[in-house]
Amino acid sequence: MTTNATEATQNLPSSHFYVREHHPEQGTLLGFWLYLMSDCLLFAGLFATYAVLSNSYAGGPSGADIFDLPLVALNTSFLLLSSITYGFAMLQMQLKRVNGTLLWLAVTGLLGAAFIGLELYEFAHLLSEGYGPQRSAFLTAFFALVGTHGLHVSFGIIWLIVLMVQVKRFGLNAENGRRLMCLSMFWHFLDVVWIGVFTFVYLMGVL
Amino acid sequence: MIFFVAMPMIVGIMNFVVPLQLGTRDVAFPFLNNFSFWMTAAGAGLTMVSLFVGEFGKTGWLAFPPLSGIQGSPGVGVDYYIWSLQIAGVGTLLSGINFMVTIIKNRAPGMTLMKMPIFTWTALCTNILIVAAFPILTVVLAMLSMDRMLDTHFFTNDMGGNMMMYVNLIWIWGHPEVYILILPAFGVFSEVVATFSGKRLFGYTSMVYATIVITVLSYLVWLHHFFTMGAGASVNAFFGITTMIISIPTGAKLFNWLFTMYRGRIRFELPMMWTVSFMVTFTIGGMTGVLLAVPPADFVLHNSLFLVAHFHNVIIGGVLFGMFAAINYWFPKAFGYKLDDYWGKWSFWLWTIGFYAAFMPLYVLGLMGVTRRMNHFDDSSLQIWFVIAAIGALMILGGIVASIIQFVVSYRRRDELRDHTGDIWDGRTLEWSTSSPPPQYNFAFTPVVYDNDSWTDMKKHGYERPRDGFLPIHMPKNTAAGFVLAMLSAACGFGLVWHMWPLVGVSFVALIGGFIIHTFNYNRDYHIPAEDVTRIENERSQQLDRYA
Repeated sequence: MTTNATEATQNLPSSHFYVREHHPEQGTLLGFWLYLMSDCLLFAGLFATYAVLSNSYAGGPSGADIFDLPLVALNTSFLLLSSITYGFAMLQMQLKRVNGTLLWLAVTGLLGAAFIGLELYEFAHLLSEGYGPQRSAFLTAFFALVGTHGLHVSFGIIWLIVLMVQVKRFGLNAENGRRLMCLSMFWHFLDVVWIGVFTFVYLMGVL
Repeated sequence: MIFFVAMPMIVGIMNFVVPLQLGTRDVAFPFLNNFSFWMTAAGAGLTMVSLFVGEFGKTGWLAFPPLSGIQGSPGVGVDYYIWSLQIAGVGTLLSGINFMVTIIKNRAPGMTLMKMPIFTWTALCTNILIVAAFPILTVVLAMLSMDRMLDTHFFTNDMGGNMMMYVNLIWIWGHPEVYILILPAFGVFSEVVATFSGKRLFGYTSMVYATIVITVLSYLVWLHHFFTMGAGASVNAFFGITTMIISIPTGAKLFNWLFTMYRGRIRFELPMMWTVSFMVTFTIGGMTGVLLAVPPADFVLHNSLFLVAHFHNVIIGGVLFGMFAAINYWFPKAFGYKLDDYWGKWSFWLWTIGFYAAFMPLYVLGLMGVTRRMNHFDDSSLQIWFVIAAIGALMILGGIVASIIQFVVSYRRRDELRDHTGDIWDGRTLEWSTSSPPPQYNFAFTPVVYDNDSWTDMKKHGYERPRDGFLPIHMPKNTAAGFVLAMLSAACGFGLVWHMWPLVGVSFVALIGGFIIHTFNYNRDYHIPAEDVTRIENERSQQLDRYA
């Protein structure tokens, strides 16, 4: 504004007002962050619902009756370990080692699959005892929250497999590097959400 | 009207105007933008399908349970409602992310956040609200559909369900939603009032902060939609006060617009007329809003026609008038010719007078105790107010017809109304520095910004368009992927409505597969050759010389 006041009538060369070449910054990582924050709010909605409904047993079982903490602890360790192994994959990516990256991605995927496998076992067990999501509002909210997280991990595994194929085929180029970064953020994000689930649903449930 | 008229209108105008105001060639993620558009279209399409196959929800715009539960609404209507909103909601959410990144990353060199045109500021805040609110809609509709399909107990009457949870969650989305609609309208009025007063916008900084404050507060007021829930005096007081506080930044905006007009050389073109009408109408709507924000008053007026009058007062007087101003203002930029004034004025006066005739009586009726959603009211002493309101509604109908005639007449007179300059209103921001309609690359060279009103600044310093030395321009390629994926989503949604599980399975797998195949396409861009750019720019130079 001050420059305006001083040069109010002075003509400036037109080239002052444009650049011949201009390339905006790459925005994918920021965009993916914003997506993760929106996903976080989706989980916030589920957590809030669980908070409201977590004591509505409707004569059915409570968390303390049905949660198998050692099993969940094992499951949690699978997921936390998979975050570390994903970190190793990213380190290999920084060193531009295709095989090392693929190896650690595979380990990550297997740990993720183990997590999903155990979760499915837990769900099947609950269903077989008659404690499905239809039993009470508490179980509805439980299955919705834990199930949504599980669905996210499952999609993460599909994404991971697709990325492994693409890294194998096209190498660690700029696009693939960016995609691996996005999946990395997604994977760690799911870990953070799971820590919330583990604490809020399982640990506080058996208190 | 909110989902498939107001939202697409707002997002569409942002889509057109924001990149031009930023001085950029496209949004940050062009493919995502295309996909978002087709998802919204697919959602709207699914709603249209319900007119022919089955029925649509009869549960109001927010579908409260237990009425929207499987026992209250056993038909497919609510399912159509759920799945069309889910599909369109994905599109809206992705647009929100896309615009936020565009505004943060793609601004022209020199354009700091506080030099950004005010419409783009309001667009940024609206998109923040979209990203912060739409996930809640997604999750609450998903829960409702689980209650309906899987017999779960989120919102049921028995087995521990809590239906007020639905009302809370849907309004946590629903209240920001109305600000998603009004903020860009505020932005439009700010642009219009500065342009047609021939002055810099008064109080730019306070306008920006007012917008941000409204953005934050809009998230803290949802409970005022149901003070009668019985949350207790303290909770109601909190939400009542946050609601009243919103009138402060909004009032600041109104004074800014007034002071922009003060001692300006005002040209009463159509966009400016709509703006003045908005300023009067919205002030009245805002005052009745503050009145309703007082919980004891709300207990009396809850569910009455007073409320109906209030929200039409702000949505019609704010959002709708804003969209009319925006259409009249930017139509020449988008299509290269002005809209016809004569029919535009008919539309304006019929809408404005019709609005007052139709909705002011509703305030009276509401105060007299008439509740909403009645098809019959047995008190003949109140009849006269209903009659006045009906006359007003007919005038509004006249306004709608005049608008349609305005478009038809403008199209037929397009050669007389043609804009050859690209700057038909003596505009102040970058969109007026390029041709009308803009070339597909928007700007042959990226503008450099030194001032809020950058185009005014350029004109003042004797800026002339560059006429040679054009370079190839980097652009995204065309692709059908967005369309195909959105249609698969619609098919999946249709299957979910009718419980056609094979269709759901096949379309869902195809959807995931389609996405994966799309990610194998690494070759997504091309360059417009420099010769083509030169040819387009030369045509523009000749046009400017001819009409200069």
